[in-house]
Amino acid sequence: MSFRRFWTMFKARNREFFRDRAAFGWNFLFPFLIVAGFGVIFGAKSYTEYKIGLFPHEAVTVTPADPRIPNGLRKLRYTKFIGIPTKSEGLDKLKHHKIDFLLKLGNPPYDYYVSDASPKGYVIEQMFTLSLIPPDFKTGAQKKEIQGNAIRYLDWLFPGILAMNMMFSALWGVGYVVVRYRKNGVLKRLKVTPLSAFEYLSAQALSRIFLLMFTLVVVWLGCDFIFSFTVLGSYADLFLIFFLGSTSMTALGLVLASRGTSEEFTTGILNFISWPMMFLSEVWFSLEGAPQWVKAASRIFPLTHILTAVRKIMHDGAGLMEVSVEIAILTLMTLAFLVLGAVMFSWNK
Amino acid sequence: MAALLEVKNLVKKYKTVTAIDGASFSVEKGVCFGLLGPNGAGKTTTIEVIEDVIPPTAGEILYKGRPRTVSFKDEIGIQFQTTSLLSFLTVRETLETFQNLYRKAADIDNLVELCHLSEFQHQYNDKISGGQRQRFLLAMALINRPELLFLDEPSTGLDPQARRNLWDLIQQIKKEGKTIILTTHYMEEAQHLCNEIAIMDYGKIIARGTPQKLIKQHSPEMTVVLPLQSVNHSLENLPLPYRRVHDTIEIKTNDVNSCLDLLLSQRVNLSDLTVRSPSLESVFLNLTGRQLRE
Repeated sequence: MSFRRFWTMFKARNREFFRDRAAFGWNFLFPFLIVAGFGVIFGAKSYTEYKIGLFPHEAVTVTPADPRIPNGLRKLRYTKFIGIPTKSEGLDKLKHHKIDFLLKLGNPPYDYYVSDASPKGYVIEQMFTLSLIPPDFKTGAQKKEIQGNAIRYLDWLFPGILAMNMMFSALWGVGYVVVRYRKNGVLKRLKVTPLSAFEYLSAQALSRIFLLMFTLVVVWLGCDFIFSFTVLGSYADLFLIFFLGSTSMTALGLVLASRGTSEEFTTGILNFISWPMMFLSEVWFSLEGAPQWVKAASRIFPLTHILTAVRKIMHDGAGLMEVSVEIAILTLMTLAFLVLGAVMFSWNK
Repeated sequence: MAALLEVKNLVKKYKTVTAIDGASFSVEKGVCFGLLGPNGAGKTTTIEVIEDVIPPTAGEILYKGRPRTVSFKDEIGIQFQTTSLLSFLTVRETLETFQNLYRKAADIDNLVELCHLSEFQHQYNDKISGGQRQRFLLAMALINRPELLFLDEPSTGLDPQARRNLWDLIQQIKKEGKTIILTTHYMEEAQHLCNEIAIMDYGKIIARGTPQKLIKQHSPEMTVVLPLQSVNHSLENLPLPYRRVHDTIEIKTNDVNSCLDLLLSQRVNLSDLTVRSPSLESVFLNLTGRQLRE
């Protein structure tokens, strides 16, 4: 192992990253845009989850203050009322899921329409029918507040976006780039120099880890400046988990980089790995209540363990001891990926 | 003189193709050794096996009398037929990067001067012309002051000026005493640069020697070329074997004077006559045939 050769390749890869202006900018802009987008959507009071169509109504936009809307519906949050001139138009919109619920304006008993294929329609239907029961007939229920600080959806989502960006950047930045280099002959040119596979791969990996952490810090600071995220645990612990996470993702990238000269095939494999990982690792939504096999499957992805540990530190104030299981799993995964990548690596094919 | 490189019974087989079929040759120190052959003859595979890019199926390769060791890579310089380089690096940065991969290193300023890179040394390595690129790749092959230099079709795709310029450069490198193994299918290039030549076809070495020796052995005759119209009336009476090539006839002869006397005796008009000396190209065509390979 020659440190000089390693350092030379490390610098060359970093230069490539920083000089490729378009890709460089996108690496920062992409997570920022997603966080900012969700910040705007969930932060604004006008956020809509349910769309309720009202007919016959001459105006398209209807405010909740409209006296013709039943009281029970008017008080619901996250709803938007849409005026529709005729019943047939309303049914058409309902059929195509453009609205979740259709109500004929008038006096009780109300006529309403809902699609059996629409989960949101079902929820609105239940809320609407419950709202029609007189208060005296309702059994008592008392609202209790969540103890401690409330976690905004954006606080929950933010580490997911950062880790997802990390995953894509690691898998494509190592896996895809090395395959491209193998295809166009760069690896062949390097193979005939004294550079060893270990020196080359460790330079690629460490350069990517450095760039991932650099991107993470910049995006974190930028987003935190605007949305001020809550971190109950230690920033140092958080950094350590992200570092371990980026190492495991990069090591997985090395496995994908180890063979192949077809960029198209590698793209397929990358999508095959990254898309299920994105959806099953709780980046966007929780798997609470999902079938047991889905939860079990999600545990094969490093991203799941990164996010579990990061969210515990951020939202529950956990220390390293409390996320030691995730640390152990990520470390083992990293070692397994590194060994597999090293064993399988070929300069030529 | 002891051979710097010896290749013995080299074989490289792929699933259905035998790319190298028992090739043997040796290269002495300080010579420019040309490996010639039509497309698909196995030239590039042969030198890539020697360079350790691909493993041989069988055979032995000795460098300085011994099997190649790890230090072999430090002592050779390579210019591939086609290659890509690390992206977003300038020509000079690429040279610096590769310089750091070797134990021995050439002075970059000297290389820039030798290979005429100064004008574009600060441009990105993929934003230079074809001729500039070949000179730059040659500089890269020299970055570790190699004892043995491999040049795989270095002038393919270059215009005549750029090709001449590259040849001058290779001549300069030859003068420094470096051993060069060059593959080409330009016979003029081989004749101009190589001290020794091996002609390869279907994975085998079919002829070896100096250009002069090969010409003497395989194509010693001069070629007398006449426009068809000069001999048309007396074609049937021509007392020499000839070959019709488009609008000309070609007569091979070892004695030009007797040939011309005979032609004059037949009242052939010699005003548009040309005489071609034997060349490596005729050797090549005689040995490898004229049929199209690809």
